[in-house]
Amino acid sequence: MRELPILAEAGQGASHAGIEAKGLRIGHNGGALLDVAHLALTGPGPTMILGPNGAGKSLLLRCLHGLIAPDAGTVRQDGQKLGAAQRARQAMVFQKPVLLRRSVAANLDYVLRRRPLGRAARKARIAELLAEGGLAGKARQGARSLSGGEAQRLAILRALAAEPRILFLDEPTSALDPAATQAIEMMILRAARRGTRIVMVTHDIGQARRLGHDVAILHRGRVVEHGLAHDLFAAPQTDTTRRFLAGALVI
Amino acid sequence: MIGRTFAAGLLALGLGLGLGAGAALAADEFIVVQSTTSTQNSGLLDAILPGFTEGSGIEVRVVAVGTGQAIKNAMNGDGDVLLVHARAAEEKFVADGWGVTRQDVMYNDFVLVGPSDDPAGVRGGQDIVAAFKAVAEAQAPFASRGDDSGTHKAELRHWSEAGVDVAAASGAWYREAGSGMGATLNLAAGMGAYVLTDRATWIAFGNKQGLEILVEGDPALFNQYGVILVNPEKHPGVKAEAGQAFIDWLTGPEGQAAIAGFTVDGQQLFFPNAGS
Amino acid sequence: MSLILGGDSELWAIVLLSLHVSLMAVVIAAAIGMPLGAALAVGRFPGRRALIVLLNALMGLPPVVVGLMVYLMLSRSGPLGVLELLYTPGAMIIAQVVLVTPIIAALTRQSVETLDAEYSEQLRSLGVSRLASVPTLLWDGRVALLTALLAGFGRAIAEVGAVIMVGGNINHVTRVMTTTIALETSKGNLAMALALGAILIGIAVTVTAAVSLLAARGERTGLRHA
Ligand SMILES: Nc1ncnc2c1ncn2[C@@H]1O[C@H](COP(=O)(O)OP(=O)(O)OP(=O)(O)O)[C@@H](O)[C@H]1O
Ligand SMILES: [Mg+2]
Repeated sequence: MRELPILAEAGQGASHAGIEAKGLRIGHNGGALLDVAHLALTGPGPTMILGPNGAGKSLLLRCLHGLIAPDAGTVRQDGQKLGAAQRARQAMVFQKPVLLRRSVAANLDYVLRRRPLGRAARKARIAELLAEGGLAGKARQGARSLSGGEAQRLAILRALAAEPRILFLDEPTSALDPAATQAIEMMILRAARRGTRIVMVTHDIGQARRLGHDVAILHRGRVVEHGLAHDLFAAPQTDTTRRFLAGALVI
Repeated sequence: MIGRTFAAGLLALGLGLGLGAGAALAADEFIVVQSTTSTQNSGLLDAILPGFTEGSGIEVRVVAVGTGQAIKNAMNGDGDVLLVHARAAEEKFVADGWGVTRQDVMYNDFVLVGPSDDPAGVRGGQDIVAAFKAVAEAQAPFASRGDDSGTHKAELRHWSEAGVDVAAASGAWYREAGSGMGATLNLAAGMGAYVLTDRATWIAFGNKQGLEILVEGDPALFNQYGVILVNPEKHPGVKAEAGQAFIDWLTGPEGQAAIAGFTVDGQQLFFPNAGS
Repeated sequence: MSLILGGDSELWAIVLLSLHVSLMAVVIAAAIGMPLGAALAVGRFPGRRALIVLLNALMGLPPVVVGLMVYLMLSRSGPLGVLELLYTPGAMIIAQVVLVTPIIAALTRQSVETLDAEYSEQLRSLGVSRLASVPTLLWDGRVALLTALLAGFGRAIAEVGAVIMVGGNINHVTRVMTTTIALETSKGNLAMALALGAILIGIAVTVTAAVSLLAARGERTGLRHA
């Protein structure tokens, strides 16, 4: 996969958008599905979010992305409350991405058409994106007929097509073979290098080590630890993290 | 947005057909005649109407329903001319102001048709009331129009003269079809029942199976058709001039000759008697 | 029988009128029913549930009742009598629109709602508002919508009770396939009626196949231009 000069230039020197959650809470049956006192993602990233099944990782991403309104708390992006303008600069790849019942190219065009781009510019951009994702030969194929890995790549490309400042990824490589995983990791790293803040949920600790600048551990809706990846993996500060990394933690 | 390609295809097809059909329907003047199934099913109107249209330039659109419904439709103003066969109802229609005047046009006759094994033993009789009595005594199946049509009214008259209460036998040997002559004949053919029908529909009917004419020729079986112009004072939309032109033609020498000249299988079905 | 197979021009006029009336009815019903169904699927307003129940119930409207209602509206003594539409193909189209619109609207509502459950978060994430998501849902649900259109067309072309009442089965004016079949049956011409029935079935199959082909093409070209 080749480097894209246009995108690389666009990202040069851009500082990563910061996102910060305070007092986030989603209650349920007297308990809390999500209870995050404070989470500030202001470093360069990527940020990896880890935690057992049902910990609330997907819920957290949805809140940060503004898809669900928390019962309490606020999310700020570069100091601004999350509104339409902020959300327009975000994109998300869902744990179960929904591809539109159209061709691969049309899925990308669907996002590009929302931007002030001419037909020719959109076509060129689609070609670039497909080349980046290794889907160049698949432009006209129905998106629903892609393989699992190809579908994951397309979902990421579609999220990137909006040129978001913040990209949320919910287990984007959960069902992929090593080669596809590597391809997607490369795409993510390239986007990060261009200045996109990456916030990614994963169950793959090796992946978190490879990609993560900082890591947050989520357990029962709470952030039990958030620190630089190297430090956190080398010397976990909490018992919960230690047990999680040892594979002894369940919800 | 909704499937541009096929929606456009459908639309083009629909509009294309629309224009085509629209052009085909753009005739000059036309009138609507509320009439009975017997005139249509026998083919009489199809045969004689072109002669009128050629001479006058007026197209005649025939709505063929039971006499009862034809009269109701005409009372609603949904027709310019009424051509039916139920004298009492026609005269009431005019007396109540719905129609202008009533004129005789032609007559045909009713026949009693039944299964060839004739369980009631009425074959060859010339007295319809006696035949009806025999059918009732044998409790042989009888199919009635049951639709308030001219034929149905005539049939009920014969029953009452025969002193038979068919309402009591309804659902037993007396079966009410509640439909047109043809559908009732189909019913009678299916169950081997007696049935009173106009001769015209009977001759043109294609599904006789084991049925045949058993009683005919009783003067009480004559079936007079009348024609009435719907009163334009009741319904200003009525095309009185064109309607009257049609009535004049139908009761005049040309129309009367056309009626007399209409035959099926070599048999004359309707006998013109306007002005008699 | 040979009359039919011999491409008799009267028969062709009847077939064309049938297609004209039913296709127009489906096009109009789709123009009303699809937005209505989509609005019921994505909209949230009081009375929505009741409307959906009503719509589903209206799918089973008896044609004769619809025919009677339309007759009473269009009769010279009815409120719309001045339009002089009774006993014209226009009246038949109106009756069929009344019959077909609930079918298309209800099936559209159903398919859009199912698709919306799958799409809504994704579309919101892509910055698409509820209202703006409707065209996307209709387009991506096009196969189901096509089935809805065909169901509507099938109902329209096969219907006899309503069109005979408001059309009057007038020769060369409002006589369509189904009313001809009814007429021939009443004349006891069962063979003729059956042959016409066979043609009707043939037309239904042909139209279904043609529209499905068009849709398959639409799907392919959809990749190119969507
Ligand atoms: N709409 C909802 N109603 C009730 N409970 C919910 C709802 N959505 C999520 N939950 C619960 O919230 C908890 C957190 O869900 P979430 O999807 O965030 O888990 P996760 O950390 O992403 O897990 P996984 O690793 O399995 O994807 C789960 O127990 C889930 O059942
Ligand atoms: Mg999850």
